[in-house]
Amino acid sequence: MGNGVIIDTVAGGVAGHCGPEVRSDLQVRIEPRQRGGLEIKLESRVDAYYGDSIRRQAEEVLEALVVKNAHVEIYDEGALPFVIAARIEVAARRAGFGEGTRVLLDQFPLREPSTRDRMRRSRLYVPGSEPKYFINAALHESDGIILDLEDSVHINEKDSARLLVRNALRAVDFLNCERMVRVNQIPLGFEDLDEIVPECPDLILLPKVEHPEQVIEVDRRISKIQSDYGLTRIIWLMPILESALGIENAFVIAKASERVVALTIGLEDYTADLGVVKTSAGNESLFARQRVVNAACAAGVQAIDSVFGDVGDMEGLQAWAANSRALGFQGMGCVHPSQIAVIHESFAPSASELEKARRILAAYEEAQAKGLGVVSLGSKMIDPPVVHRALRLMATARDMGVVR
Amino acid sequence: MAILEKTEMLTNAAGRIVPELANGRSQVPYMGVGKYVPSGCKSAPPIRTAAEYPSNGDKRVANLETALRKCGLRDGMVISSHHHLRDGDRVALMALEAASLIGAKDLMWFPSASFPSQKSAIALMEAGVIDHIEGSMNGPLGDYCTQGKMRGMGVLRPHGGRWQAIQDGEVHLDIAVIAAPTADPFGNCDGSHGKSACGSLGFALADSIYADHVIVVTDNLVAFPCVPWQIQGNNVDFVVEVESIGDPAKIVSGTTQITRSPDRLRIAEFVARFLRDAGIMRNGFSFQAGSGGIALAFVGYLKQMMKQADVKARFVRGGSTKYLVELLEEGLTDYILDGQTFDLEGIRSIASNPRHVATSPFTSYNYHGKGNFASLVDAVVLGATEVDINFNANVVTHSDGRLLHGIGGWQNCLASGCTILAVPSFRDRIPVIVDEVTTLCGPGELIDVVATERGIAINPRRQDLLNAVKGSTLPIRTIEEIKNEVERICGGKARRLQRTEKPVAIVKWVDGTVIDTIWQVP
Repeated sequence: MGNGVIIDTVAGGVAGHCGPEVRSDLQVRIEPRQRGGLEIKLESRVDAYYGDSIRRQAEEVLEALVVKNAHVEIYDEGALPFVIAARIEVAARRAGFGEGTRVLLDQFPLREPSTRDRMRRSRLYVPGSEPKYFINAALHESDGIILDLEDSVHINEKDSARLLVRNALRAVDFLNCERMVRVNQIPLGFEDLDEIVPECPDLILLPKVEHPEQVIEVDRRISKIQSDYGLTRIIWLMPILESALGIENAFVIAKASERVVALTIGLEDYTADLGVVKTSAGNESLFARQRVVNAACAAGVQAIDSVFGDVGDMEGLQAWAANSRALGFQGMGCVHPSQIAVIHESFAPSASELEKARRILAAYEEAQAKGLGVVSLGSKMIDPPVVHRALRLMATARDMGVVR
Repeated sequence: MAILEKTEMLTNAAGRIVPELANGRSQVPYMGVGKYVPSGCKSAPPIRTAAEYPSNGDKRVANLETALRKCGLRDGMVISSHHHLRDGDRVALMALEAASLIGAKDLMWFPSASFPSQKSAIALMEAGVIDHIEGSMNGPLGDYCTQGKMRGMGVLRPHGGRWQAIQDGEVHLDIAVIAAPTADPFGNCDGSHGKSACGSLGFALADSIYADHVIVVTDNLVAFPCVPWQIQGNNVDFVVEVESIGDPAKIVSGTTQITRSPDRLRIAEFVARFLRDAGIMRNGFSFQAGSGGIALAFVGYLKQMMKQADVKARFVRGGSTKYLVELLEEGLTDYILDGQTFDLEGIRSIASNPRHVATSPFTSYNYHGKGNFASLVDAVVLGATEVDINFNANVVTHSDGRLLHGIGGWQNCLASGCTILAVPSFRDRIPVIVDEVTTLCGPGELIDVVATERGIAINPRRQDLLNAVKGSTLPIRTIEEIKNEVERICGGKARRLQRTEKPVAIVKWVDGTVIDTIWQVP
């Protein structure tokens, strides 16, 4: 088993983590040699079960990267094969091998491409550098999983997270979740796109967008990569507005590309930009959030709220989500799986709302049957937009499985 | 002295290879569930007379060494101890070390369970004071056993099997040493009070009745009478007062923690929903759940569902924790029938609430009882280290054959109306759902449901349960589907353990027959 503390004296590549506290990860150290072939030293928590398999996989990956002479040390803490492949590839690249070679795992059969207006109530953030969270992330049934390459990943780990996420997109079954990746701001984000786009994520989140040109640039890059690889599967965009300027430009950003299906807001950066304190009541960001909702609506895309950061405060989350829905958002982000059910419940139409909608629709149908132009329910006149809203509410409830 | 002897190996009814002989005693191979029906009379301790004991009721002696000498300690005897103080226990080692000072050799230590803090027993085995251990071994003691270093053969029994072995004479107890959080000079003792309070002393009850000699060791001596007395002084030979019987911090946890792992919470929620959707959760029902993170979370989810459905249990079985105490105090169950008490809230409740009742393996689990409570429980939620596609389960060894856990009450609990194993489908990269278990502890015919984070598998023998959850939104899958998915995730099947040919311990079934063998690890 790895001891976790290894003094870095060799000129070579090191990737990943090991140590008694580390789970489902590994550290790979590759030291190039002039001659002598490949020498692989393996210490693994699961050596008794998968030692041979790990050695075989290491040899295959190293061969693909044309690593012929090197001393390789692997300290494995029970990592899954897609993680092992990624860590070895990163260590090899950091040691100067494998320029331009991508070592790809078998593609897990992809589900249907996601649609422009699919439900996006909840999107679960998973740090791109923490592979142990990947494999079961989709079990918790959020509408989307975001494999994050941006803020949750240290600047020195960007290359490593990028390959982990790439491998996960090929090897991990994300069930019915929309497969999302948050890339870094361009220009670093271009490197992310080059590695990620060929693996067909459903949606890419663009951080800190302030101008429509940023969206257009990304759109073009995606199209270029897709055409290079002969891919046609749709990849959507969700710009994240995280500054006063981004909020001001919300509408033009939403309209910048056909790929944009939703706008969302990042409140930590936004409140920092304003120089105000972020509160749980959220009064300081009320304008920004309303602006996002309005711009999204005007542009015909979804408005998605920020995350609620306090994992322990379920009541606070519930209040925040209820308020989000009331403002017109169609979903929000999750930083922990336990938030998903609360959010789904909060964004679902309530029993009294459904009851009211049913009565409105019944009255409408009755009026239609009688050939009446004016619909009334009790003493109230019902205008067409009220009927329209009731129809939308019922459709949403059906999508959410609240009604049949 | 029971140096590992040459023994014939037999194949039992489960197809497992087991030794014919262990520690000089011939063994009955497992014959199937409920098949073994021995006859004859139960063992009995020697006749004693009150005339032999002080008429003023004061049985105190200066120290453990004196008590052991007065009990006639000699080589090859069996000394028993109990784990109601869990990892905080100091008394078992105190007794064994006192025996060592007296110069005794080749003892058999018969703990109801051993704990990592008792690892210095290894030195006593190296010195020849202890020949072997019959009782659960884990951590360093487990490794010592599976590395083949223990001279005699380890024998693992469930809590009820310990009582069974004492009653049918398989194990003759020479000296029982009972750690008592409160005791009087007559030997009456109890676990619910005192600075080392631990709750029920049920594990020690059999020993107090059947051992030739019984020593009570306490750090809270009260004047006669010690009330309540779970252990009766009328069975006790000597009382020893010491500074401390254990480390309170390790006897009970201040607060038992529900798991925060989203995957484990998901398993817990599945189990609760299963009980609800299968109709097991109904007025007057009963269940048992242990103290593990998943089991505690399960109780939390079930409690919400019971409230929503306005359902009340007749009794719940502990290991008690604050979560069961809450059920009792909020009127969601009439009784807690408690086997052991894990946290401070549990201790407070058992000491003060007449509806929180201490039980023993006799009432709960004993094969030689005229029935036992385990089969009266509607549903039980247990863990396992491995489960195979025939629903057989392992609870004692890692997949690499090293001892990891004792059996506890696990085997006995399989008698419940619905046995649910709540397990992750793999740990790190090691599959939990496998083709064949490394060590067989529970036969698949008694395991009804396996709940994992990837779905719930119902034993095809339980068509009634399969029918009951039709229409439920639970992800019901076959165990093969789950196994195949896990193998895909883990990158193929794990390589099977290459075992040696040397048996180091046997696993008993609830009736005292041998269900499987633990082999020396390579």
